Amino acid sequence: MSEPRKPLESAWARPVSRLSVSDVPREAVNLNVEGRQVAGALQGFGQMWQKTYWVRLSGAQVTPAGLIQTWKANFPEFWPKGNRFYGPATGLAPGQVALLNLAGPGGITGPGGAPVISTGVMVIYSDDESFTFMTPEGHIFSGWITFSAFEEQGSTVAQIQALIRASDPLYELSLRLGFGHKSEDDFWQHTLKEVARHYGVEGQVQQRVTLMDPKVQWSQARNIWQNAAVRTAVYTAAAPLRWARGLTRR
Amino acid sequence: MPQANVTMTVRKVNARASVVDIKGEITAFAENALMDAYTQAGGEGVRAIVLNFSELEYMNSGGIGLLVTLLIRANRQKQRLLAFGLSEHYRHIFELTRLNEAIGIYTTEAEALAGI
Repeated sequence: MSEPRKPLESAWARPVSRLSVSDVPREAVNLNVEGRQVAGALQGFGQMWQKTYWVRLSGAQVTPAGLIQTWKANFPEFWPKGNRFYGPATGLAPGQVALLNLAGPGGITGPGGAPVISTGVMVIYSDDESFTFMTPEGHIFSGWITFSAFEEQGSTVAQIQALIRASDPLYELSLRLGFGHKSEDDFWQHTLKEVARHYGVEGQVQQRVTLMDPKVQWSQARNIWQNAAVRTAVYTAAAPLRWARGLTRR
Repeated sequence: MPQANVTMTVRKVNARASVVDIKGEITAFAENALMDAYTQAGGEGVRAIVLNFSELEYMNSGGIGLLVTLLIRANRQKQRLLAFGLSEHYRHIFELTRLNEAIGIYTTEAEALAGI
């Protein structure tokens, strides 16, 4: 196993006090990102988990750097159906912010295909063999997720590793009930299978889950006010009102 | 898994604090070295672990995750985690990742020890 070596300082994003979204496509629902702060695992509410998923691309002729280049360029295409990733036109570079329109468990969406959660991520680190996202306040998870590739026993391995806490008590409840974890695991297993399939490999995704901190952080319970799922649901429910208001203004 | 390119030396500066001098790279591969150093540093009565980053050559996002893990372990033992010797670049990274909200950042060892 090898790890990316000596990236330039430009591999890291500069600190930002508040997130800003640009180049939002017309069809995207842009909520819960603009003006928010990023939140790491220390700012979340729930238990802290380290989740690692990986797939070995046996027989594929691709280097770790080649894999990461392809992964960055085609990032949304590997996601499960119903989930949208609106990345910046300039690519996944440090400091860039992407908008996410996510489906619910099992790929369910709102009326007219509306997202169940509108949120985002910031690219905080990117080099030739890995890139890392950090989540904004209101996202399901507070933390970091790193996408990397390395060589092991003659094969390239694609890996996703998340260090996360549920952002607030509501999200934590979904994890404790099990469906939150299942959705997360299904999501990234699907993604890695699609990455492998891109190289003609029917990969067996493996995962390792470690409970890093069993305690919840009650001091962060107020994060619930920024819950992106609740805010997106309110936005979706208010769609008829917005439509009616639009009619009266004509 | 290859060897991490890092060495860590533990100094018990007084009954309440230990300093870990880090030389080299903090990546995910430094886990064993960092956790071993913590075990040496965190004896009975130690209230603060001070990380000396003066000779840090490189840290990636895997290294940030490692520091979070260390912080959780230290907090569980009711110990504080402090740091000094960070370059401006790595201070920015601590700010970006909001680690600076949980790890006390100081310019020098003397300042860090005075903060205990």
